[in-house]
Amino acid sequence: MPNLKDLAAKKEPICGGHRACAGCGAPIIVRQVLMSSKDPVVVTSATGCLEVVTTIFPYSAWEVPFLHNAFENSAATCSGVEAAFKALKKKGQAPAEHVNFVAFGGDGGTYDIGFQSLSGAMERGHDMLYVCYNNEAYMNTGIQRSSATPMGAATTTAPAGKVIPGKVQFPKNLTEIMVAHDIPYVAQSAVGFWRDLTSKAEKAFSIRGPKFMNVLQPCRLGWGYKPELTAELGRLAANTCVWPLYEVIEGKYKLTYRPKEKKPVVEFLKMQDRFRHLFRPGNEAILEAIQKEVDRRWEALLNKCEG
Amino acid sequence: MPIIARTGNEAMSEAMRQINPDVVAAYPITPATEVVMLFAKFVADGLVDTEFVAVESEHSAMSACVGASAAGARVMTGTSSQGLQLMSEILPIASALRLPIVLCEVNRALSGPINIHCDHSDTMAVRDFAWIQIFSENAQEAYDNILQCMKIAEDKRVLLPAMATTDGFIISHCMEKIETLEDAEVKKYVGEYKGVNTVLDLKNPVTLGSLDLQDYYFEHKMPIVEAMRNAKSVIEEVGKEFGKLYGREYGLIEGYKLDDAEVAIVALGSTCGTTKAVVDELREKGQKVGLLKIRVFRPFPAEEIAAALANLKVAVILDRSDSYNNQGGPLFTEVRSALYDAAKKPLITNYIYGLGGREISLDDLRSIFAEQQEVAKAGKAKEVIKYFGVRE
Ligand SMILES: Cc1ncc(C[n+]2csc(CCOP(=O)(O)OP(=O)(O)O)c2C)c(N)n1
Repeated sequence: MPNLKDLAAKKEPICGGHRACAGCGAPIIVRQVLMSSKDPVVVTSATGCLEVVTTIFPYSAWEVPFLHNAFENSAATCSGVEAAFKALKKKGQAPAEHVNFVAFGGDGGTYDIGFQSLSGAMERGHDMLYVCYNNEAYMNTGIQRSSATPMGAATTTAPAGKVIPGKVQFPKNLTEIMVAHDIPYVAQSAVGFWRDLTSKAEKAFSIRGPKFMNVLQPCRLGWGYKPELTAELGRLAANTCVWPLYEVIEGKYKLTYRPKEKKPVVEFLKMQDRFRHLFRPGNEAILEAIQKEVDRRWEALLNKCEG
Repeated sequence: MPIIARTGNEAMSEAMRQINPDVVAAYPITPATEVVMLFAKFVADGLVDTEFVAVESEHSAMSACVGASAAGARVMTGTSSQGLQLMSEILPIASALRLPIVLCEVNRALSGPINIHCDHSDTMAVRDFAWIQIFSENAQEAYDNILQCMKIAEDKRVLLPAMATTDGFIISHCMEKIETLEDAEVKKYVGEYKGVNTVLDLKNPVTLGSLDLQDYYFEHKMPIVEAMRNAKSVIEEVGKEFGKLYGREYGLIEGYKLDDAEVAIVALGSTCGTTKAVVDELREKGQKVGLLKIRVFRPFPAEEIAAALANLKVAVILDRSDSYNNQGGPLFTEVRSALYDAAKKPLITNYIYGLGGREISLDDLRSIFAEQQEVAKAGKAKEVIKYFGVRE
C-alpha cells in the first residue's frame, strides 16, 4: 500500500500551472493514479475538461507521454498504443521495461459516447487501465447531463424547470457493466480517499490485462459548491452510500470502505446547487425516491460482497 | 517475379502481408471485408509479425491506428463506404499528427439508400482531410499502389497518411493476372520505419493532440499544406523509381493516346481500363480520341492536368460521384478550376455516371465519345453537366 511519504517523493506526472478550476478533482485523480505506478506510464485522454485544461498549446502540464485523439476513443487509442508496444517489443524497438498504459476519460467520454470504444478495448484484453474521472456531467461544454448524472440533478440539458425537476433517470451503473465484462480488475473510488484510490491503482497496475476504475470527481462548478469542499463531497458521497467504494478482483467483490454511520442522502444533496430545487416544497417524493434507490443499490452491492 | 491470379482484395492483402506492418486495426465491410479476413488469416498462420487489433468499429480502427502510429509503429488498415465515414472524424487527426498510416480503400457507394457496389462517393467525401489518395485501374495497380503508398506516406518530406483505392467488386472481386514482388524484395523496398516524437519515447515525453486555438492552429496547418505540395514530387519520384526497379512506372496522371487526340475522357479508377479498350477501337477507325487517367486525386495534379488537356478540342470528365452542388462532380470541379488559368483549354463536359455500381459498358463509352465528337465539331457544348445512364 502506498504511503504519503513515498508518494510525496515521486516525480509528478502532471505539473502545476494548468488551467483546471480551483478545487477541481480531476488532477487529484490523475496524480494519485499515476503516482501509484512503479513503472513508466503512457497516457491517453478523451476530449473533455482534463485534456483542455492540461494541454493548451504551447503549454503542456504532462511530464509523461500523452496522447489526445478525440472525444469517444480514449480506450481505442490506448489499445493502439499498447498494440504498437507489443509489436515493437518483438523487434526489440520498444522500451525494455514494463509500461503501464492508462486511458482517461470523463463520464461523457466513458459512459456515453466512448462506451463502445471502452467495451471493445476491455473485451480485447489489452494490457491497460481505463480510468473514468466521473464528475457526473459533460463539464467541458457547460454542464450537460450524461448517463452518469444522478436523478434530480439540474444540468443545462436537463434543467430544473417548472414541470421537470432536473434529470428524471437514475444513473447508469457503469461499474457493474464493466464487472460484467469479466475483466481481471474493476474498482470504484472517489476523490477524498487518497489511500483507497492509490491502493486500487497500485493493485490495478500489478495485474496484466484490462482494468477499469470509476472514480467520483466532485466538480465545484457543475455541482455548485465552494472549491475547498471537493474532498469533503467525495467523502460524503461514500458516507451516504451514494458512491460506494469497492473493488472486484477476478469477479470477487470487496467493499473497501464501510461508512461508520450511513448518512442520509440529503446530507450529500443539500451541499450542492445542482440539487437545490429538490428542497423546495413539493419535491419530497423525489428525495425519497433517490434515498430508496441508493439504499437498493447499496443493499445489492453488500449482497455481492463477501462477509 | 511471380505472376499470380489475384482479385483486387487479394492483391492488396498480399501487399500488406509482404509489408508486414507492426499493427493492423481493422473492421469488416463489403467489399473490403476480404482484405481484413485474409490478413487475419496471415496473422493466425504466423505469416506476419503484426499485432492485429480486431476492433469493434471503424471508428475504433482508425483510433487504434492513430494510437499505434503515434507510438512509432508502421500501421495499416482497410475499409469501404460507411466504414470510411465512421473513420472520418479521426482521418484529419491522423494527418494533423503526421502519421503515415496506409489504408486500403475499396470504393463503394455511400448510404442512403444502402448499396454495396462501386462509386466514388466514399473516397470523395474524405478528400479534404489531408490524406494522399491514389486510385487504381486494376488489381496490379492496387498491389503496386499499396507498396508505393507506404513509401510516399513515410517519406520525411511528406509524413501524411495515404489511401490507395480500388473499385468495389469491379476490381476488388475480379480475378486478374498480376505480377508480385518476392517477399524479400518488398522488405527491402519499404525498408525499416522509425517514428519520430513517439509516445513510447519515455525519456523525452511528448504531448500529442494538444488543444490548439486561434494563436497557433492556423500555423500548424501550414506544414500540412507544405507536405501536400511536396507529396506531388515525391509521388512522381517514387513512381519513377518503381518503374526503374520493377518495370512498371507511375506518375500523377497517365495520358493514353492523348498526344494528337481531339476528344478525350478524363476518369478515375477501373473505368480507365474500359476506356482504353474503346480508345483502341476508335483509333482503329481513325478517330482522334484518348484518355487522361487521374491516378492521384490528392494532392491534385492541377498543372499537369491543364497541360495534358491543352491541345484537346473536348475533354469529357467522368465522375463516379456527385457533389450535389449543381456544379458537377468533384473531379469535374477540380479539373475545371485547374483549367481556369490555362491559355489554351478544351471545351469540357461532365458526365456523372455509375452511381451505386451502375455499370459503364464499352457501348456507353462509345456513345459518350460519339456525342462529344459532335460537340467538338460544333465547337460548343450543349449541356455541361449530364447524368449518364440514369432512367428518366
Ligand atoms: C464527437 C464529439 N461530440 C461532441 C464533442 C463536444 N464535447 C467536447 S468535451 C464534451 C463533454 C465532455 O464531458 P465528459 O466526458 O463528461 O468530460 P468532462 O468535460 O466533464 O471532463 C463534449 C460534449 C466533441 N468534442 N466530439
